[in-house]
Amino acid sequence: MNWVLDNLELIGGLTLVHLRQSVIPIVLSFLIALPVGWAAWRFTPLRGATLTTVGLLYTIPSLGLFALLAALGIPLLSDTNLIVALTVYGVAIMTRSVTDGLDAIDPATRASAVAVGFGPWRRFWTVDFPLSGPVLLAGLRVTATSTISLATVGILIGVQNLGYLFTNGYQRRILEEVLAGVVAVVVIALVVDLLLVVLGRLLMPWLPRRGGVLTRRAPVMAGATG
Amino acid sequence: MNLFLDAFAWIFSPDRLTGSLPLPLAIWQHVAFTFGAVAIAAIIAVPLGWLIGHTGRGREVAVALSGAARALPSLGLVLLLVLVIGVVHKTEAAVVSFVLLAIPSILAGAYAGFEAIDRAVIDAGRAVGMTPWQILWKIEVPLGLPLLIGGLRSATLQVVATVTIAAYVGLGGLGFFFLQGIQLQRFDAVLGASIVVVALALSLDGLFALLQRVVVPHGVRSRAGTAARPLRLGAAPA
Repeated sequence: MNWVLDNLELIGGLTLVHLRQSVIPIVLSFLIALPVGWAAWRFTPLRGATLTTVGLLYTIPSLGLFALLAALGIPLLSDTNLIVALTVYGVAIMTRSVTDGLDAIDPATRASAVAVGFGPWRRFWTVDFPLSGPVLLAGLRVTATSTISLATVGILIGVQNLGYLFTNGYQRRILEEVLAGVVAVVVIALVVDLLLVVLGRLLMPWLPRRGGVLTRRAPVMAGATG
Repeated sequence: MNLFLDAFAWIFSPDRLTGSLPLPLAIWQHVAFTFGAVAIAAIIAVPLGWLIGHTGRGREVAVALSGAARALPSLGLVLLLVLVIGVVHKTEAAVVSFVLLAIPSILAGAYAGFEAIDRAVIDAGRAVGMTPWQILWKIEVPLGLPLLIGGLRSATLQVVATVTIAAYVGLGGLGFFFLQGIQLQRFDAVLGASIVVVALALSLDGLFALLQRVVVPHGVRSRAGTAARPLRLGAAPA
């Protein structure tokens, strides 16, 4: 514990940087995936190509993605590269969640909205979006957790965050430092996850509190087809 | 596009066959670490996942485990285990961390495969007099195979990415050229090695996608569309 107590300031500072580098891609990937996922769901010809593309993006190892983004003009050793790469992975996860979430809504509900005169814009924001909420939230939780943990790889392209504790601790053979880094990352991921769950309860008060509503693969919706 | 030409020139340069780490050897190391770790993880996780799927017990533990694993930073885990087990045994330590990272996806694939089976099919098996052992091997295992392969697919991709990162501890593999290229400011090497890693990951992904399709039994092939989807339960890119 001595190392941790002596270096609280360093850990705190790195945690803040780490949060900034993670929150930006988490928010960005939600904002980007929403229209992309909607388009893939709404226009059938786009669906296969979009979902295949995001699936392939997801398979690219992070170091490989850093280099590919650098080849496209983003400086290799920069915060921007890390944030863009994390956003790419986030979009890959979230796009799938958006189409899954929209798929899970009972077509009769949507038809009723149309029948009472909702236009496409109003129908999306007052019917489709809130009803796909549980699946979107589940996707967002996966995105948030993996983004926070993956951000540590940034240290290999010279971007400082909690990953610094890994490489610095390894080089100096300070086991405590590496362990502190791992624990800090896991704790941040869990706290952010918890905040997202609370946010979900506040935004979707109509959902039952228990019963696996928030699990990713099982949207509990009237007439859900899975 | 010049950068890509330089990268391909780096890949196909005759220098890649000599030097401290020839490129074919690095690819071989990468593949060997990946398959070795996934095989060990499968030996541990497949029976356990089948047990959870067959009995329906311990599912919450498995779900929590795969959720927690997503939060675990792979670089941190590799470096931590190397320090704990000892720098002299860094290969063993790295393999242990690869195995740990591969287990959640395989476990999830194994039990999710069993869970996805229609209960009526299992009841039918029991009704015609199948023993629990026969139900396991003749119904649950074959029907659960596509999702299990999906779990192996996620695990493999996760390990391919982590082996790249593990070059940091001097393990070889394709990440070696990436990290060395950054130190020497040779972007052709960085991009060249990255292209090879990406190609490796995409080929393995394709291979598993194909396998996932092949293992669907004839009788259920008509509704195989949903079963062949890649499983993303425990996996995060690394």
